[in-house]
Amino acid sequence: MNLRQAPLSAWIGMAGVALALICAVFAPWIAPYGEGEIVGDIWLPMGGDYWLGTDNLGRDLLSRMIYGARTTILVSLTATVLSFAIGMFLSFMAVVRGGGVDQALSRLNDLMMAVPTLIFALVVLAVLPQETWILILVMAVLDSTRVFRIGRAVALDVAVMDFVEAARLRGEGKLWIVFREILPNTLSTLLAEFGLRFAFAILFLSTLSFLGLGIQPPTADWGGMVKDNKEGIIFGVSASLIPGAAIALLAICINLVVDWLMKRTSSIKGGRDDA
Amino acid sequence: MPELLSVRNLRIEATAYPPGEAPRDVTLVEGVSFDLEKGRVLGLIGESGAGKSTIGLAALAYGRGGVRITGGEVLLNGADILKLGRNGVREIRGSKVCYVAQSAAAAFNPALRLGEQVIEATLQHGIMSRAEAEERAIYLFRVLGLPDPETFGRRFPHQVSGGQLQRAMTAMALCPNPELIVFDEPTTALDVTTQIDVLAAIKHAIEQTKTAALYITHDLAVVAQVSDDIMVLRQGRTVEYGSVRQIIEAPRAEYTRALVNVRKRNREQAAEQSGSLLKVENVSARYPNGLNVLHDISLHVPEGQTLAIVGESGSGKSTLARVITGLLPPSEGHITFAGQPLTPALRNRSKDELRRIQLIHQMADTAMNPRQTVREIIGRPLTFYFGLRGAAKDARIRELLDQIEMGGGFMDRYPAELSGGQKQRVAIARALAAKPELILCDEPTSALDPLVAQGILDLLVRLQEETAVSYVFITHDIDIVRAIADSVAVMHQGRVVRSGPRSKVLSPPFDDYTDLLLKSVPEMEVGWLERVLETRRMESVGH
Amino acid sequence: MIHAPKVSFRPGRKLTQRFPLLWTIVQRLLLSIVLLFAVSIVIFGGVEALPGDFATTYLGQSATPQAIANIRAELGIDRPITTRYFQWLGGVLTGDFGMSWANRNSVTEQIAQRLGNSLFLAFFAAIISVPLAVGLGMVAVLFRNRLPDRIINVASLAAISLPEFFVGYLLIMWFSVQTGIAVFPATVYEGMSFLDRLSAIALPTATLVLVVLAHMMRMTRAAIINVMSSPYIETAELKGLGGLRIIAKHAAPNALAPVINVVALNLAYLIVGVVVVEVVFVYPGMGQYMVDAVSVRDMPVVQACGFIFAAIYIFLNMTADILAIIANPRLRHPR
Repeated sequence: MNLRQAPLSAWIGMAGVALALICAVFAPWIAPYGEGEIVGDIWLPMGGDYWLGTDNLGRDLLSRMIYGARTTILVSLTATVLSFAIGMFLSFMAVVRGGGVDQALSRLNDLMMAVPTLIFALVVLAVLPQETWILILVMAVLDSTRVFRIGRAVALDVAVMDFVEAARLRGEGKLWIVFREILPNTLSTLLAEFGLRFAFAILFLSTLSFLGLGIQPPTADWGGMVKDNKEGIIFGVSASLIPGAAIALLAICINLVVDWLMKRTSSIKGGRDDA
Repeated sequence: MPELLSVRNLRIEATAYPPGEAPRDVTLVEGVSFDLEKGRVLGLIGESGAGKSTIGLAALAYGRGGVRITGGEVLLNGADILKLGRNGVREIRGSKVCYVAQSAAAAFNPALRLGEQVIEATLQHGIMSRAEAEERAIYLFRVLGLPDPETFGRRFPHQVSGGQLQRAMTAMALCPNPELIVFDEPTTALDVTTQIDVLAAIKHAIEQTKTAALYITHDLAVVAQVSDDIMVLRQGRTVEYGSVRQIIEAPRAEYTRALVNVRKRNREQAAEQSGSLLKVENVSARYPNGLNVLHDISLHVPEGQTLAIVGESGSGKSTLARVITGLLPPSEGHITFAGQPLTPALRNRSKDELRRIQLIHQMADTAMNPRQTVREIIGRPLTFYFGLRGAAKDARIRELLDQIEMGGGFMDRYPAELSGGQKQRVAIARALAAKPELILCDEPTSALDPLVAQGILDLLVRLQEETAVSYVFITHDIDIVRAIADSVAVMHQGRVVRSGPRSKVLSPPFDDYTDLLLKSVPEMEVGWLERVLETRRMESVGH
Repeated sequence: MIHAPKVSFRPGRKLTQRFPLLWTIVQRLLLSIVLLFAVSIVIFGGVEALPGDFATTYLGQSATPQAIANIRAELGIDRPITTRYFQWLGGVLTGDFGMSWANRNSVTEQIAQRLGNSLFLAFFAAIISVPLAVGLGMVAVLFRNRLPDRIINVASLAAISLPEFFVGYLLIMWFSVQTGIAVFPATVYEGMSFLDRLSAIALPTATLVLVVLAHMMRMTRAAIINVMSSPYIETAELKGLGGLRIIAKHAAPNALAPVINVVALNLAYLIVGVVVVEVVFVYPGMGQYMVDAVSVRDMPVVQACGFIFAAIYIFLNMTADILAIIANPRLRHPR
């Protein structure tokens, strides 16, 4: 990957993601106050001791934003990594095994995708206990259907290439074919897809938290903070807009990077044929 | 009176976007000049990258995908069309100058009826009334030998065959009665037996309508049949420009001489021998969907010799290769290899069985993993079959690279950094690395330019002399058969229609299909097409 | 290589081959029914199989084994799952979704009114966003790689990253709190005049439009560019046809199917958007009803809403596929 050729938009994106990651990793050292510490009156305006003001319980909003970055990113990232692990494993298995295995997995996937993700999540979360690891698992499983679909398409594209046939004719094992022949040729596409899924996971987690079904209080997360402070809107208090904007900005930054990655892969594939 | 088309000092550029580098401008065509009189045909010939299509499109003041005409003049009846505005150019395209694309299947709009598309330009430019245009279309369909000319226009593109589409495209170009038609490899995508009909139809139509034409192709033998003059191009520059007869019979430039002589190889046929390395007996095969593709095939490959399998697309020749490799186990019959029955399915074969039969794919581009270096590509079979590692492996890779005339300097290159011919050589080295007794070659030269292909064929012949390896060489090209085969099998619709030693298969008496196939291959001489058509006419009268 | 099977019109061919269009549509319809059936199993059966128990949650700390058993018997969840599934399915087929656990009312009655409200909202969002998105997509193509296209590209890239609730609250802040142009919350009730209703849903509609617009426009742009780069467009250009004619006559018929697909996909996306937007604007629709039911684990309501949302989604996807099938000349005019 040649970073020097990245356009300005990609640099902005990378800077934004880096900032969020720093907040997430070093939250306890950066945040001026504790995550649940009540420091003053409720919904204090911006400025003074509390840069972003205080929230509906009088906690420092900036500190909660920083801790919120940690929860939001950690949960979304774990869910995305997990969904990739599940989706990639199953899609590659479907492609390599083919036949009945592929049929069964693909039909199951069609079925899962026949219900909108959010609706599916609502139905499942209505039954399951409210715990963070369950939330991560539900997000990962639901999102893995998308990963499965793209993973299968990409792997299928590569699997019909003659060099894969050449490897089969040589007598190579399935593991060699998957890890040495197919995977290296799908990485750049999958990297872009990972970014896309990560951005989606952040939005999805925030939506669930906003609906009260995601991260449970008092843990700070951006979607939940919008929910906590939404009553303030009618009084003109912007406390709920700040975490909302943070979600939007992080998602935009990720999308800027992804946009660049996608253009890069397509320009490699679309080599001009000389007439 | 000025020439119809006069191209002066043409210069065409494009912007290249090499991956991982800054974009840069490249010159595609430079200093090309030619004249074309009314009613005459100029052939533009060259290998890929010669700029011939680019020049053809310049006659319509068109640059494909970011290609820019940056210098020179294109005079149509004395007026430079490059100086016309958008509207001026639009008036010329589709009325005075028309274009026939290589792939008519892609160039026709799938959503519209053929007739509507054929007369569209004529109507839009106000050249004829609808009734007149429709009548002309029917006339042209008849001249071009299309079935049911009255109703042909009511069909959609997907409802007719490839050869018919190519003729319909010609009708579309002829309909507005243009002064010039640009034919861009109109028969390249067709089988030889179809090509000859389309070629004859195009030639007949050009003569009937007295239009002028630029005929673009990479096949000198084809262009010799339809053109009056020929311009040989290489890397965007003119190599030689003269009359057909001069170019074919007395080429001046060395490059032209090489092009003319490229097909005239004739390998001495090895002595017949009874010992067979590979024996295919009564083999039939069907696809998983139940479609029978091979019927009762019997063949044998003598040790250290070459069997060529000839056939057109859909004849089952590549499927036969898949059956031999075990990718598609036969539904009936059996195959013996070196006296032992060969395990039918790939997954049941032993490592040694796999090693002894190697395959070279048609497209070297896709046959090599783009993420592996030449060292990894050639080295893998060495490690896999012989357990070679480290210095011993490197030494053997170097040896193989020398054998394919490339040398150790290529060890750490990626396939993308090799030319088409070099890629195919690496593929050959990969096959050789396994020390096979039989190599299946699935049209390894059909995607290459003629001179490069010649080099690959020479290499294969030399390697056979050195290592006594046997080849099964699959091809659609009779000239290649002459250049490489000891024995030949002709396939048609999943059956072997004729087989035996080359000298017997390629000499009369012929069966009908072999006769048709042999007579359809254009020969490098002026007047060949007329002669074939004349013979055909005589035969049909005789019947 | 061009290779076409022989044309034949033998009368003995199977009906499925003689009427490929009809057959493909019938296949698609059947697939949807199978899918719907499978979804009903997932939503009912799958959910029941998961751990977690309404009775325990409902009773909270005061859960004695006896009380739990009483509740379970009262709600009928002590019977075997297959019996309950078929009973539920039979009810669904006759439009009866059972009784809410939380307030013991008929689910169907409660849903009817709310479904109407949700569709009302989604309908207005759709009739505004679809023409706007397709139009903007075409503008972007027309000015491809020039300033308007770049602006649209950057703006839409940003817009697809905005969560629905953020857009919603932003609009409330600007139009309702600071300027007072629009009303919040978006309450609708029976007997309200049509115009009042419209003004009540102005902000939620705007939110939905903004959320769906960017996606739809980007996909429309991609679909049209894909068609515009095909060789037959080059043919049309080399025939000397005008730009408008190329678009109207040559590009449009081929772009129709992909654009229909884009539209349907995004209408389906509206369903998800509706859930969040209703919660933001306290709008009495199905989405809010479902979210409320989920938080109190009122399973009959959750299942009913989930099933209806899924059914609409499947129906939209099916409609899109069928329209695309009809737009395909290969199926409309068989060999």
